[in-house]
Parts: sequence; C-alpha cells; structure tokens
Amino acid sequence: MNDLRELRIDAPGGGIAPPEAAPSPPAPDKAPGQAGRGEIKRILALGVPALALWIAVYMHLEAWADAATYGLLGLDRGSAFASALAFFLYDGPKVLLLLTLVVFGVGIIRSFFTPARARRLLAGRGEAWGNVMAALLGTVTPFCSCSAVPLFVGFVTAGVPLGVTFSFLVSAPMVNEVALVLLLGLTGWKVAGLYLVTGLLVAVASGWVIGRLKMEGHLEEWVRLIHAGQDQPEAEPGWPGRVRAGLDAVRDIVGRTWPWVLAGIAVGACIHGWVPEGFMASIMGRDAWWSVLAAVGLGIPMYSNAAGIIPVAQALLEKGAALGTVLAFMMSVIALSLPEMVILRKVLKPRLLGVFVGVVGLGILLVGYLFNIIL
Amino acid sequence: MDIQVLGPGCPKCREVEKLVRTVAAELGADVTVVKVEDFQEIARMGVFATPAVAVDGEVKCVGKVPSKAEIAGWING
Repeated sequence: MNDLRELRIDAPGGGIAPPEAAPSPPAPDKAPGQAGRGEIKRILALGVPALALWIAVYMHLEAWADAATYGLLGLDRGSAFASALAFFLYDGPKVLLLLTLVVFGVGIIRSFFTPARARRLLAGRGEAWGNVMAALLGTVTPFCSCSAVPLFVGFVTAGVPLGVTFSFLVSAPMVNEVALVLLLGLTGWKVAGLYLVTGLLVAVASGWVIGRLKMEGHLEEWVRLIHAGQDQPEAEPGWPGRVRAGLDAVRDIVGRTWPWVLAGIAVGACIHGWVPEGFMASIMGRDAWWSVLAAVGLGIPMYSNAAGIIPVAQALLEKGAALGTVLAFMMSVIALSLPEMVILRKVLKPRLLGVFVGVVGLGILLVGYLFNIIL
Repeated sequence: MDIQVLGPGCPKCREVEKLVRTVAAELGADVTVVKVEDFQEIARMGVFATPAVAVDGEVKCVGKVPSKAEIAGWING
C-alpha cells in the first residue's frame, strides 16, 4: 500500500509517462495532528522542483514525439502509420501528464468536500438555487457510483428535495475531472469549457424538471421509512493530509484509468492516420439532422468511462463530425450507464428511473442540437 | 471486537475487507470481520459513501480505503 509514498518522479524521456509519477512529493505516514511546519516545508521543497520538471517535460513532448517517429525510427513523413504513431507518442504522454497534475489538484479540492458535508450544505435548501448548488457540489464531491444508493438515501432523509438530489446525481458522473482534462488536452479550452457549462446546465435543469414532477411517491418504500443515522464527525485533514489526499487520488484515478486513456488515444490515432479528412461529415455532420438522436441512442447503453471515449471523440471531431453530435454522444456515454441504473433501481421505482433517463437524455439532445445550430 | 466493512461489493469495498483481515491477522488480534452489503443497513448507520469501516458499530472511516496504519490504530484502539 505504502510503496508509492516513496518518491517516484522519473523523467518520461520521450516515452510514456509512468502513471504513478506524481507531480508533487509524497507525504509520510503520520497522523494529521502531528503534521508540523517541517512537513509543509518538505512538501514545498519536493513539490516545486517536481512541478518545474513537469513543465519542462510537457513543453518538449511534441519535439520528442517527432524526433522518435521521423528521426529515430526514420518513418516517412506523410505516411498514415507515421502520422498515427506521432499522434500517439505526443498525445499519450501529454494527456497522462495533464491528468496526473489535474487529478492531484482535484484530489486536494475534494478533501474540502465530503459527501456528508454536501448533505449538510444541501439540507434545507429550496429548489432552483438548491439545484445549482447540488450540480456544483456533484462535480467536486468524491463519489463512486456504488455509493449512489447510500448517498441518495442520505440526501433524501436529510430533507434535500428530490429534484436537488437528482441534480447532484447527474452532475457527479457527467461533469468529471478526467473528461475535462482530456478535452482540455485534446481539443482545447473552448470545447472543455462548453462541456463544463452545458454539463452543469443539464444537471440543474433535469433536476429542476424532476422536482416539478413531484414524484416522491415513486421511491421504494424502505427509503421513505428509513431513519438514517447522524452523520459522522469529520476530522480536518490539514494541509499535509490534503496533499496526501491529492496523491491518493492520483494513485487511484490515474492508476485505474491510464490503460483506458492509452487505448482511447490509440483508437484516436488510428482514426487520425487512416480515416480520410471530412469522412465523418456525412454521418456525424451538422447537416445530418438525425445524427444527434442516433448518437444519444447509441451512447446510453454503451458503457465506457470518460478516459476511453474522449480521445475517440476528439478524432471524430477532427474528421469533420459536428461538435454538438460528438458532445451529445460523449455525455450520454458518461452520464447514463446501465450499471448505474441497476444500482439506482434499488431506490427508485421503474417509473421514476424512466423519468430520470428520459429527462437527462432529453437535456443532452438539446445540448447537441443547440451546438450544431449555433456553431 | 467486531469490525464491519460497509459496501455493496465494488472492487474498493473488497479491497478494504481484505486489508482489514490482513492487518488483523498480522497483529494476531481477536477480530471478527463482517461485510455489510445491505443498503438499508448501511444507510441506517449514517454512512453516505462507501467503502466505510465501523468498529463495534462506531463508524471510523467513510468513502475511502484506509491505510494499514489507520486500521492497526483502530484495532489497538
């Protein structure tokens, strides 16, 4: 368990960054209370050079990928294989580096927001403003999909309105830091920003609509009868504890998703190399009015995490697919998944579950069409 | 001493169960490890995120995989 706490910052040397390479120093195993000024100094002493190294490596990635493809391997410029390989050698390490840094940052931010704190913040909120807050909290609260049921029960028993609870449940998977990083790294800040804003809007709006439908009677009986216990007192972790939380997040999230990221980028690289320019325009272009509908219909039953789907989405965009269609596809894959529905079925009667899928699906459709019309 | 590991059975919850058993065996402590997978039971204990660990009914950690040192601390309590 603790082996990764040893410093492991290796320069990726033009190859693929080791997924565990944390951009910052590890914190020793110590109770939070014992953490002194010395430990904070140590964190800074190791963290600042690590960050400098990160920046230096990041800046040179493109040159290294080119050198490896055309210099070291001597491949022909302009051949499909060389172009796919250069794409992979550049984007793979780049995304992993970005992912490591952002997940570390998000891990620190998350140490401020626990599910119990989200519950306290949302209890007694009215709708509208409550939906907005729930959507924002959903993006920063650490939460795994198998926690959906306990969390749902915790919210409902604390008097959080049903619609507000749903805003949280939609935004938690949909606006996801891994997705955001990938979009940022692969398509730039504009698409990443659009994804963030529209994802939050869908979460707020669909929660609000579900609240208006007054479907509290469609919860399973036991949820209404249960009296959830008091939430547990939480210790403040302190800064060394927060840094440790950031490192844990890197180990957990990057450690788990890097094969998917690389697999997705490999698929993206193949599309980049072999699919002709403009090929996607006919099937996923703006003029194909049915494409958004088809993309959402295809995306809902598909199960992939953000890490696998986004490099593919980027490659589709590059070959002429419309942004709205691609965003809609991505959102439906990430936000609505069959395993999550099976879990939610334990607390929701079929009709409410159906409404949930319908409302979120509709929101995603609207986003898709809106972008295809505006852009 | 009873240690309850709360979680529906996702990989992380299983990891915690294994970890608790390992640490208990290493310390040679007289510990019964129970896995609680029932959502009603989990909710009744006031736990909103899994995996969680409770010692003799008192919740010690929620929503994360505890370190071996933490677990040893609860057992030596």
